Amino acid sequence: MDIERIDQIIDRHQGEASSLIQVLLDIQSENHWLPKLALSRVSEKLQVELSRIRHIATFYKAFSLVPKGRHEVHICMGTACHVRGATRVLDKVQEFTGLKPGETDLELKFSLETVNCLGCCALGPVMEINGKTHGKLSPGQAADVLGGYE
Amino acid sequence: MARINSPEELAKVRHDVLAKRDPKAPRMSICAGTGCLASGASQVVAAAEQEIEQQGLKGSVELRGTGCHGFCERGPIIVMAPEETCYLQVTPEDVPEIVSQTLREKKVVERLLYVDPTTGEKVPNESDIPFYKNQERLVFGPNRKIDPRSIEDYLAIGGYEALAKALFEMTPEQVIGEVKEANLRGRGGGGFPAGIKWEAARNAPGDPKYVIVNCDEGDPGAYMDRSLMEGNPFSVLEGLLIGAYAIGAQEGYVYIRQEYPLAVENLGIAIEKAEQYGLLGKDVLGSGFDFNIKVHRGAGAFVCGEETALLMSLEGKVGEPRPRPPYPAVSGLWGKPTNINNVETWATIPLIVNRGGSAFASIGTEGSKGTKIFSLVGKITNTGLVEVPMGITLRDIVYKIGGGIPGGKKFKAVQTGGPSGGCIPEERLDLKVDFDELTKAGSMMGSGGMIVMDEDTCMVDVARYFINFLTDESCGKCVPCREGLRQMQKILTRFTEGKGKESDIEVLEGLAEVAQEASLCALGKTGPNPFLSTFRYFRDEYEAHIKEKRCPALSCKALIATIIDPEKCKACMLCLKACPEGAIDGGKKKIHIIDQEKCTNCGTCLEVCPSRFDAVRKISGEPVPPPIPEAQRMIVKKAKRNVT
Amino acid sequence: MTEFLLQIDGKEVKARSGMTVLEAAQSAGIAIPTLCHHEKLAPFGGCRLCIVEARGQGWTKLVVSCVHPVEEELVIKTRSEKIDRIRRGLLELLLAHAPHAPVLEEMAREYGADKNRFEPGASFCIHCGLCVRYCAEVKKKNAIGFIDRGIRKEISFIPEIASQECDDCKECFPLCPTSYLQAAYVLTKSLAFPSKS
Repeated sequence: MDIERIDQIIDRHQGEASSLIQVLLDIQSENHWLPKLALSRVSEKLQVELSRIRHIATFYKAFSLVPKGRHEVHICMGTACHVRGATRVLDKVQEFTGLKPGETDLELKFSLETVNCLGCCALGPVMEINGKTHGKLSPGQAADVLGGYE
Repeated sequence: MARINSPEELAKVRHDVLAKRDPKAPRMSICAGTGCLASGASQVVAAAEQEIEQQGLKGSVELRGTGCHGFCERGPIIVMAPEETCYLQVTPEDVPEIVSQTLREKKVVERLLYVDPTTGEKVPNESDIPFYKNQERLVFGPNRKIDPRSIEDYLAIGGYEALAKALFEMTPEQVIGEVKEANLRGRGGGGFPAGIKWEAARNAPGDPKYVIVNCDEGDPGAYMDRSLMEGNPFSVLEGLLIGAYAIGAQEGYVYIRQEYPLAVENLGIAIEKAEQYGLLGKDVLGSGFDFNIKVHRGAGAFVCGEETALLMSLEGKVGEPRPRPPYPAVSGLWGKPTNINNVETWATIPLIVNRGGSAFASIGTEGSKGTKIFSLVGKITNTGLVEVPMGITLRDIVYKIGGGIPGGKKFKAVQTGGPSGGCIPEERLDLKVDFDELTKAGSMMGSGGMIVMDEDTCMVDVARYFINFLTDESCGKCVPCREGLRQMQKILTRFTEGKGKESDIEVLEGLAEVAQEASLCALGKTGPNPFLSTFRYFRDEYEAHIKEKRCPALSCKALIATIIDPEKCKACMLCLKACPEGAIDGGKKKIHIIDQEKCTNCGTCLEVCPSRFDAVRKISGEPVPPPIPEAQRMIVKKAKRNVT
Repeated sequence: MTEFLLQIDGKEVKARSGMTVLEAAQSAGIAIPTLCHHEKLAPFGGCRLCIVEARGQGWTKLVVSCVHPVEEELVIKTRSEKIDRIRRGLLELLLAHAPHAPVLEEMAREYGADKNRFEPGASFCIHCGLCVRYCAEVKKKNAIGFIDRGIRKEISFIPEIASQECDDCKECFPLCPTSYLQAAYVLTKSLAFPSKS
């Protein structure tokens, strides 16, 4: 991501220091991760110390300091899904992708994360990929869904 | 439409909107909340649009995608007005029939109706369906009548009447008076009387003052706020504005989880439209009152639902809570008087202003007034969002509305209040849902998550699950939570692995006290609750795990073994083929045996074994029976008896 | 500025509004144990060791004295069976990380804390935050900060800034109760400081 694009995003929020988290969210959303350059540019333009930005980028789980895969796979581990067998779905997905939660594969195809509640409790167990929600999954079905992604 | 500059103009606009609508014209409301969308609701809406056009009905039918109806288990849902016929689990393929049969010929499509499980009768009317019948949908009900992106729809159902009344017929003190009389207690978990908080913020010296909507709904299993924000964002905005007027704030924030994209989108559209119509921004409704809103997305931290951590996040910092006192009403955002309330609390305000505080207070119990929206999820037949009057019993919620436990399983507990709450067992099911009653029972109301558990749920694992969640979400600033909950997590995990010691219970209780007394915020203070409440009511499960290395619910993988009963096995090979570990030995007509070394207790064989055989079972706390001798493994067909 | 009286351990103490209970106690020479507190830094409220019992108008509860504001007629007790028990619990949790830290060992003796109550933790940082806060509030260099949250929270030097500032400063070093700071500095210096060319 180039400096110009980063500056545009910062200016969109009128360069306010309190919009720090919103600026980082926008960069994360477009770029799928926060490169070091983005952090230092934001620090410079918003006049916020880099130590605070690094803390924010690691404290909040929406941010990633490493590149993510094309398809971000989120498995819901909320209470309702847990009670309906989400752990078995997760085991199967881990097996299928070779990834543990927090990891991205070498081809940058899949990134796997567990999330704490997607709010689709009636459809548990639930898996969300690129904003699309797949519900009422068995471990086998989860693997099939993943197989359909390029 | 032009800016509305007075209550009179508002009434006229509302009148004009209604005049354009024929009350007798058929209306098709299709639920378009996130849950139903995930089940294909947008394809159903598209099919309906197409079909209505094709059948030449365009212009004579009001079709809209609405907010969440609440009966999430049976979505996609369509409600046909004015008859109030309710169709469940609708697919795009069903749509042509609905259009021709119900819209054109006023006939009901029987197969899409709700079937009463006890009588077997079909229930065509939405309000007769037991799930809805026992609810009182004061706040959530409007969802199903409006397109959340349409301000006209909101006006048509009486929206903004409360705001006009507050701004032009009431003083700020009178508004606060109504809210106090209503005794509206915070719906986000704290249960603090909103009117008193408002009054404190109004009286606190300093300006500017701020009002904030807390839409950082983080309790796993709770999605009421998401559905309200998606389905009726105008009601939240209207409530917020009334509160801002009462407190004397001219700036507001909505703090909303970025994990709720549809809610973020619908909120943004609602704000834009409200501004266009003069219902937000400068000189609202021509009253001279200015009020501006900013939307601030959360970035993935449960702790930011805690009000002071939320304030830190709004200020562009990490979500580490602040010590209290001082309280936000006195020193909040940027050190200024601030009032933060939950989405549902704000959405209830227009109702209170319209009907009056005492009308609201006539519903509910002595200490808990009005209605509450709960998310009824887990091992329950009718999963969804339900709104009930305070004082209804848990039993009525679970059985009358929830339809009981599916699969013929036995009820075990209902967990309320999320990670800060506790589990209520069967013997307390007649408890009246009320802030104080739930607290007395060792749980709490919380934000409204109600997770039903059955005989297959291990309560020790439930405690472990919640502590696990909290250690992951802890901000890490204070020792009791960061270190104390962490040590509790280690012990509870050992219990589920069969490595528990009797002395562990005392250690857990000591850690619980430190966390409860010395934590910086409610996350740490209430963190021990899931352990304390499950230990209170299900001590026998803890003792089984620790003393006998046995899991009574047959759930903890390290403590169970999966075996095939040789008496029941018919060697059909289904489990053999399905086993992901290749742990089943056998063949056609050769009784199957599970190799315990390879078995991971994943439960697949249990699922695939045909129910007429029911040959797979889990055992715990007893040794695996030795396998039957090889010679007896072949199934020999019994000779047929001659029938003459 | 209003002046009023409180009672701490039976002694009458003068206080001014805006003071914390800890400040009032210290001004009267009454000792309350602290770990993350430093007179040059804003109160942190992280270790919770300075917890005391406070009785006000119709309420009694445990409060953290370094952040709790003084009030008219507050009655404070700095030691009791419960307070000691909580402090002992906190110390045992910290000792799991840094069993040999002198200040923790001393307090452990006072409160009867068992350093082996819990399994040793991976890192001997006890998150008092003194280093981070000193660099931010006093030196205003922000060469070191926190990253992540919960049990994954850590202190982390920013190599680009630390390599410029720290060698000539090191004022935070004596503040660290466990010497983890010095270890972290040495590690960061050898692994991550930009090479001088």
